[in-house]
Amino acid sequence: MTRFWQFHGGIKLNGNKNLSSEQPIAKANLPQFLILPLLQHIGVPAEPVVKVGDKVLKGQIIAHCQANDCHLKMSVPLHASSSGTVVAIEPHSVPHPSGLKANCIVIETDGRDEWVECNSITDYTTISPMTLRQHIAMAGIVGLGGAGFPAHMKLKSAGIDTLIINGAECEPYITCDDRLMREYPDDIVTGAQIFRHILGGTQHCIIAVEDNKPAAYSALLQSAQGRVSVVKVPTLYPTGGEKQLIHVLTGQEIGKAQLPADFGIVVHNIETTRAVYRAVKAGRPLISRVVTVTGNGIEQPQNLEVLLGTPIQVIIDQCGRKPDIEQLIMGGPMMGFTLPHDQLPIIKTTNCLIISSTPTLATQQTAMPCIRCGACAQVCPVNLLPQQLYWYTKAKDFKMAKNYHLFDCIECGCCAYVCPSYLPLVDYYRYAKAEIRANEQERQKANLARNRHEFRTFRLAREKAEKLARHQSAAAASQPDKKIIIEAALERVKAKKTHPDSEEKPILEESLL
Amino acid sequence: MPFKLSTAPYLHQANSVAIMMRQVLYALIPGIALYVWFFGWGIVIHILLTSITALSCEAILLWLRNRPLRLFLTDNSALVTAWLLGSALPPFAPWWISVLGTAFALIFAKHLYGGLGYNPFNPAIVGYAMLLISFPGEMTKWPYLASLSGHYPGIVESMSIIFTGQPLGEITLDALSGATPLNTMKTQLNNFHTVTEIKQNPIFSYYGAKGWEWIGSTFFLGGVWLIYKRVITWHIPMAIIGSLLLISSLFFILDSDRYPSPLFHLFGGGSAMIGAFFIATDPVSAATSNTGKLIYGTGIGILIYIIRTWGGYPDGVAFSVLLMNIAVPLIDYYTQPRVFGY
Repeated sequence: MTRFWQFHGGIKLNGNKNLSSEQPIAKANLPQFLILPLLQHIGVPAEPVVKVGDKVLKGQIIAHCQANDCHLKMSVPLHASSSGTVVAIEPHSVPHPSGLKANCIVIETDGRDEWVECNSITDYTTISPMTLRQHIAMAGIVGLGGAGFPAHMKLKSAGIDTLIINGAECEPYITCDDRLMREYPDDIVTGAQIFRHILGGTQHCIIAVEDNKPAAYSALLQSAQGRVSVVKVPTLYPTGGEKQLIHVLTGQEIGKAQLPADFGIVVHNIETTRAVYRAVKAGRPLISRVVTVTGNGIEQPQNLEVLLGTPIQVIIDQCGRKPDIEQLIMGGPMMGFTLPHDQLPIIKTTNCLIISSTPTLATQQTAMPCIRCGACAQVCPVNLLPQQLYWYTKAKDFKMAKNYHLFDCIECGCCAYVCPSYLPLVDYYRYAKAEIRANEQERQKANLARNRHEFRTFRLAREKAEKLARHQSAAAASQPDKKIIIEAALERVKAKKTHPDSEEKPILEESLL
Repeated sequence: MPFKLSTAPYLHQANSVAIMMRQVLYALIPGIALYVWFFGWGIVIHILLTSITALSCEAILLWLRNRPLRLFLTDNSALVTAWLLGSALPPFAPWWISVLGTAFALIFAKHLYGGLGYNPFNPAIVGYAMLLISFPGEMTKWPYLASLSGHYPGIVESMSIIFTGQPLGEITLDALSGATPLNTMKTQLNNFHTVTEIKQNPIFSYYGAKGWEWIGSTFFLGGVWLIYKRVITWHIPMAIIGSLLLISSLFFILDSDRYPSPLFHLFGGGSAMIGAFFIATDPVSAATSNTGKLIYGTGIGILIYIIRTWGGYPDGVAFSVLLMNIAVPLIDYYTQPRVFGY
């Protein structure tokens, strides 16, 4: 594994990581209320198994996967991050770009932080992969790099020969994985081996670290002792993207329609690996995560181990809130999103909070027309032509945008970063994608309606035809009947005329009797 | 307290259209300085004229089109057009040539198509081509090299020539000006002289034409600096130079008496270098994918040779660029790069 591949483009960014990378991970304060959204991962929300008024212990399952089967539905259970009382199960604002509310369980903490009984596994090698996977699912572990893909879903494919632990952490400002690698290298190496065991012993197991984190690299190298390979990859945004990292390490290009598992590759994040280690070795479910709290809007940028559900407000206060905060970003400065206020909880996918008092981050420039300089195409890691995508999106020629591989765009923001005209290019692509999806839905709906209408017309016509046919056949059937009746009647009349007495008398007699 | 909402990315490179355009202007300065050294101050006066005209036209048209004045007047794009056109004009051309060409470029080639970013043709080249077709007399009268004519036109004399058509003192304009080396080569070849005979003329030098070879080389270095600064990529200039070199070498090897050397094509005038690095690379009107740029540049290089060798004009840079501008949408459509994972 000495050779690296290089994806197209990419940009060198000023990391700004030393704001927060040199202080050890500290514990965040226990908040008065914990707000725990039922959906903190990609998939189906968990279903509450507690009622308002219930006492809960730290680590207790408070919402479970639907149908209690995490394997069928893409879902994981949710645990109480601290002991206390459930005070509400209701819609609450959550950190999501949409700004919509979602169902949350609110716990008022009792300050005792009392743990539920944990069942730890001392020797994971004696446990079957199936059981371990179930154990990880029950611990509520999802991809902690930001996507929130349930971790056990990426542990069940057979035929995996390469396990990659993603320690690239390529976005500026974020240092939570860096700190974890420096402080808990043994946990991460053991976590990687647990993954390996579950995947049936992969041939390769690589922990990849960008070369701007030498301390993390040497710490891991020391812990690994040759059990797993630790490699330094060149610092280049977006190396930390799953498919980009795979390309750098293996040369495999995985298109939008394929999954890494199709190529025998699985990628897990550093903190996910550590969460798995803790779930297995200590039996602790995922109830906290390390969050990088940084930016020029706070006095003390640092990494905090935060209980899930802690309001962001509490975190900012702990780090020394400055009075002039202008913007609050969740995630990195390249792919994160802004939050409208700080009364929102930390969730499983919150890896970083950037609190800024402008103008370091926000760009104030007015957008100019595109001059087609192509700087965007030179940096696009997917090798798209962003200038053409922009052109067609602006002209609402979505068909052409699709032809230019719009849906392969990973929204990394490299194009917008270099654009001399300050065009919000990623916004245009998101808009085009949404429009195309909406159009497709619209078309499907229209198709459905048309089919329904056509079927109705057909059905009515058929019913009419059937009715007609029935009438005709009925008419046809009744026609001979009538004839027979008439004939019979005529016969009788004839008979009467010829034998006036012989037929009527007996009947009369019978009736009299 | 509500925070400000906006969309990612929240970082941006310290770059802008105005900075890119300014870098193009910087890259032109050394070449222009050498121009002044060899041919006098005429080029500077023309650049001043084209700049003033360009900014005025830009302002009027922005106002007529209801566009923000400040934003677009400070983007330096009108100045780039002005400087490129100013550097392409003969230093002794009358003042109205500059004004007319620039106004045509800005009004017809730029703003009638929608302004910055929407012009299918390079405005400076459209202005130049219009002047070349309409006023061949004024556009082909070039000053002799000062070292050859023994007369260096200073600022005052250049102004006198440009505004009144008369040099200072007893000399006539005709005594100071004549055809360019490229033009001389073409007419003499048409008169059945061999390249070796033609090169006896003192205006030619070993590898190009006296003075011009230095101007061309300086524009080349300016262009290399633009590549280094990532204002342009290497594809278009290298494709133009490469294809021109290749096709001229081929004919030069076949018959070096009828076809001038590849170096003469590159350094016999300033046009090849300024065209390759500054004009053909105008991003708005050029092909956009890297493969497309190579095709576009190769097309220009070959067309330059065809027009110079068999066409009616001694130089073909302007028409080659315009012809390839037409082909850009087609080139762009068929040269999409291979997307990751396909």
